[in-house]
Amino acid sequence: MSLTLEVRGLRTHFFTRAGVVKAVDDVSFSVARGRVLGLVGESGSGKSVTGFSIIGLVDPPGRIVSGEILFRGRDLTRLPEEEMRQLRGNRIAMIFQDPMMTLNPVLRIDTQMIETVLAHAKVSREEARARARDALGMVGIPSPEERLSAYPHQFSGGMRQRVAIAIALLHRPDLIIADEPTTALDVTIQGQILAEVQKLAAETGTSLIWITHDLSVVAGLADEIAVMYAGKVVEHGEVSAVLDSPLHPYTAGLIGSVPSRNARGARLKQIPGMTPSLLNLPPGCAFRSRCDRASPACEADPPMRELAPGRNARCIHPLLPAEA
Amino acid sequence: MSAAREPIFELRGVSKRFEKRLDVAGRIARSLGAKLRDEVVHAVDGVDLTIGRGEVVGLVGESGCGKSTLGRMVAGILPLSAGEIRRNGVVIARAGGAPEADAAVLREAKLKTQMIFQDPYASLTPRMRVADIVGEAPLVHGIVGRSDLDSYVDEQFRRAGLDPSLKRRYPHQFSGGQRQRIGIARALAVQPDFLVCDEAVAALDVSIQAQILNLFLDLRRDLDLTYLFISHDLGVVEHLSDRVVIMYLGRVVEEADTETVFRRANHPYTRSLLDSVPRIEARKRAFHPVRGEIPSPLNPPPGCHFHPRCPHAIPRCREERPALREIAPGHRSACHLNEAA
Ligand SMILES: Nc1ncnc2c1ncn2[C@@H]1O[C@H](COP(=O)(O)OP(=O)(O)OP(=O)(O)O)[C@@H](O)[C@H]1O
Ligand SMILES: Nc1ncnc2c1ncn2[C@@H]1O[C@H](COP(=O)(O)OP(=O)(O)O)[C@@H](O)[C@H]1O
Ligand code: SF4
Ligand code: SF4
Ligand SMILES: [Mg+2]
Ligand SMILES: [Mg+2]
Repeated sequence: MSLTLEVRGLRTHFFTRAGVVKAVDDVSFSVARGRVLGLVGESGSGKSVTGFSIIGLVDPPGRIVSGEILFRGRDLTRLPEEEMRQLRGNRIAMIFQDPMMTLNPVLRIDTQMIETVLAHAKVSREEARARARDALGMVGIPSPEERLSAYPHQFSGGMRQRVAIAIALLHRPDLIIADEPTTALDVTIQGQILAEVQKLAAETGTSLIWITHDLSVVAGLADEIAVMYAGKVVEHGEVSAVLDSPLHPYTAGLIGSVPSRNARGARLKQIPGMTPSLLNLPPGCAFRSRCDRASPACEADPPMRELAPGRNARCIHPLLPAEA
Repeated sequence: MSAAREPIFELRGVSKRFEKRLDVAGRIARSLGAKLRDEVVHAVDGVDLTIGRGEVVGLVGESGCGKSTLGRMVAGILPLSAGEIRRNGVVIARAGGAPEADAAVLREAKLKTQMIFQDPYASLTPRMRVADIVGEAPLVHGIVGRSDLDSYVDEQFRRAGLDPSLKRRYPHQFSGGQRQRIGIARALAVQPDFLVCDEAVAALDVSIQAQILNLFLDLRRDLDLTYLFISHDLGVVEHLSDRVVIMYLGRVVEEADTETVFRRANHPYTRSLLDSVPRIEARKRAFHPVRGEIPSPLNPPPGCHFHPRCPHAIPRCREERPALREIAPGHRSACHLNEAA
């Protein structure tokens, strides 16, 4: 299986006046061609910073302090900014929760899309416009020809997000990183977008990193899941394996918190306490103050271990499949 | 379930219209001959709803369908454009006319109905200590005297799952989940019997959301609370509610006990909505979303508002508004298909 992306030991830290925020701290994963990786975790766990690190958009006081990001074999952390710019929007695209991060409010949709096409492809304006129209059609925008001459404010939130996805698709990128793109949308509109994206990934062979806090979205969309907690991937594996028999106590807690996993009206299996601040985080397992399996051994950093074929977790006392 | 309960709230023909006045540019354009009018949004359009004492009623629907507007009218913080609302059998709000209840009853009704919002931070005064935020209303309303205030506030804190030793702090010193607990402590401090929760867990992380949902369940049991629980999250609504009400563009389209809604929904919109919900049990599934966009409430489709997106629409749906009718005991639905049979 050819890998589109391989992240090895990535550490991205923010050097703030209050101290060092280890937003991403020793993260490794890979995405094969045409596969969908769901990157899940609660707010502040480092999902977005991981995405920004891959696409080379970490701003000071943050920087990648170590690790490799191999994109089709090339280490992006060593790429000159000009070459990185060439990859961005062309071979690697990012979609954000707020589509206005991608769209320019004062330009017509066709102007924006044609410029994006021409930035990386030597084609005529007519050809660029045709590609733009086709991309709008692909994400389910009705009458794309007419919609091309509209401005972003003339679209609903869901339509704007579709346009942003269409722009990401213009150059048939090898990798799309989508950061909570449907979180702000109604479930009906989210369902439409998930259906389109699923189809596109299958048809184009594009690899997808889908960042979300919603396990249910990942369950239906992704092939693999990586669960982040306090800057680290704590569990990684095939979707069914992870959701059916989680190995890490945090993953198990997250799944247990989903209302539909509990009898109606009964108290939910909740995780006690709250996520620790990443500022000056002490060594050891960051989950231990909330973990009912914690022991003194957890005061040393647990390494990521392969506990079963294709199943990795960062835990000293993982759940056995029977317990999950 | 609801039939056996004594009603706490009864809404009859409740409507809310908002007038969207033209902006300056629009008014100038009109003075120059453009055919522009002030626009009217029917945010809530003729809603009948009964809520039994002790019940949890979930209110769901897409963005802009009027959930919050309805919730605010129930909470007595928004006047009605049409219809009336009774609380314990007495009219406490009526469009145009004066309510039956006298001033003291109205004040009591308003106090007994508290609202919990999505964004606790926006609803907490940033420069007040949280102890004062929680203690202010009960003191003003004479629920507690100054000498007992301190221990009273501690009690509210503990009930909401907060450590009272944190009460001298300011809202910004708390996490999102803790702030929601402060909002809940503040609401409970005036001893309500009814809570309108408007997207109260929407902004919270999954693990914190579970903690707050558990708190709502505990409070219901301990304090005999009744809830109108507004949420766009059907999983949350299914878990918490006894009965579910589905709104579409200002109207109630279906209403039944939770089991019935999630197992045997009648209305085509409800069924499409349920089909759109991602489920953790699903694996690499094909999504079957509702087609089409949410229509603008400024210009809703005639007849059944849902007809442009409805896979079963018949010609009549384009012209005639379907009435909300009982199709089985306790199960109401507004769809013309039910009348053909
Ligand atoms: N003060 C207001 N002035 C004008 N229009 C309003 C006002 N408040 C609400 N509306 C309109 O009324 C309709 C219903 O709004 P409401 O806030 O009740 O929806 P909602 O169901 O709570 O939506 P959401 O899920 O997005 O919270 C919308 O079209 C909204 O734009
Ligand atoms: N510009 C920044 N300066 C300092 N800390 C930051 C900055 N951006 C992100 N962080 C911190 O990095 C951590 C991870 O953030 P993020 O990746 O945005 O989380 P997620 O996307 O999982 O919610 C958080 O603790 C956040 O506060
Ligand atoms: S390493 Fe220890 S504290 Fe961390 S999750 Fe595993 S058992 Fe719990
Ligand atoms: S009344 Fe007609 S359009 Fe409306 S839900 Fe029923 S079948 Fe569909
Ligand atoms: Mg983020
Ligand atoms: Mg609302």
